Amino acid sequence: MFSVMGAKHAREEPNPFRAFLLSSSNSPPILAIVDLECYRGDNLLFTGLAFQLREGQLMQIEGANGSGKTSLLRILAGLSRSSEGEVRWRGLDILRQRAVYFSEMAYLGHALGVKADLSPIENLKIALALAGLPFDEDAVYRVLERTGLQGREEIPARSLSAGQKQRVALARLLVCPAKLWIMDEPFTALDVDGVALVRGLLENHLEKGGMAVLTSHQAVEVRGDVVRLNLSDR
Amino acid sequence: MFQAFYALLKRDLLLAFRHRGELANPLLFFLMIVTLYPLGVSPETEMLRKIAPGVIWIAALLAALFSLENLFRSDFEDGALEQMLLSAQPLSLLALAKVLAHWLVSGVPMLLLAPVLGLLLSMPEKAILALELTLGLGTPLLSLVGAIGVALTVGLRRGGVLLTLLVMPLYIPVLIFATNAVTAAAAGMPIAGQIYFLASLLMLALTLAPVAIAAALRISVS
Repeated sequence: MFSVMGAKHAREEPNPFRAFLLSSSNSPPILAIVDLECYRGDNLLFTGLAFQLREGQLMQIEGANGSGKTSLLRILAGLSRSSEGEVRWRGLDILRQRAVYFSEMAYLGHALGVKADLSPIENLKIALALAGLPFDEDAVYRVLERTGLQGREEIPARSLSAGQKQRVALARLLVCPAKLWIMDEPFTALDVDGVALVRGLLENHLEKGGMAVLTSHQAVEVRGDVVRLNLSDR
Repeated sequence: MFQAFYALLKRDLLLAFRHRGELANPLLFFLMIVTLYPLGVSPETEMLRKIAPGVIWIAALLAALFSLENLFRSDFEDGALEQMLLSAQPLSLLALAKVLAHWLVSGVPMLLLAPVLGLLLSMPEKAILALELTLGLGTPLLSLVGAIGVALTVGLRRGGVLLTLLVMPLYIPVLIFATNAVTAAAAGMPIAGQIYFLASLLMLALTLAPVAIAAALRISVS
């Protein structure tokens, strides 16, 4: 339905079994969380947390406000450190291979990382440079069109709405291909079309063997191999 | 790797250009301190000539500190800093790009304004030359060292006072060598020693400060 990089997409033959094969239990886990423990101040948020994620899997983290969803995501992204345990990417602690991990992971946090004084195009340009990728104007325009920002490519993000800024951040995920998407509340601020867009992007991402970890208050049905983790139950 | 460095440098210069009004702030501050001295102390040429190196250098130092405070602020608030931290590029290089951009928009204008202020305080020609030399070596040094403190305090709501306390002691050697060089030049003495010392400090900061800034940013954001 959607295509990120037109040429790349055309080369890949659609394979209905691909998603199934990738999510079968035979494929080794890429992301593994081992005995994670996290404190906020003196409060224990969670301890002994462990799970694994394989290609084509999505993990939806649920939990009440203050149950540590964002803290967990920040640890997974390598922004914060856990008091105990580690996050492993392809079997190695992420803190020991930051450059490798960061080149395969994309993080979309509460703060979107969209500069208000730069246009969507300029924002994506710097994102590409930080990822070490060349700037392909046509591809970037295509991605912005796909995320519903056509006609707004060159106006400062300051004059965009909250939902549109979120779309700029989503466009960043698309121009810098990453295997693992870590998204903190990706559906807030988005309209009905926006929610459908994110769902479509996630389904497409999982189908191609990508992985995603996201927090969400709303139950958003994403087709594919979805695992749920509730932090409040623990 | 250097693509990211240039891109970030260009981005920061572009952002500074879009906020031209804010650019003038530290420069006006610098100008005001220096011009207020003749009014406040004494308009006598002999007196002004004597205090000029110290006045200009203290003003430059405070203006540098004042302008540094917001170096990482907006990036911290809108999440751009997180994205920088999560880049596969070396963070120290990105930090260096940010400091360089900051120096280009705040340090260089001061460098251009300083000779005029030197004339205003009736400094001799030789001393103005020495002033330029020391500011040329000293302002990037102030930016690099100050950025470590800014990186450490960016996560705090009122980091201003702490920043001053952290950074001021590190600024003092720069101030001493720089003003000493300018005073010596005015008296017609050689200043090679002080200049070499400032240059070596700059080299030291240029190689080590980016690493310290990167480590400080990781602590602040976590």
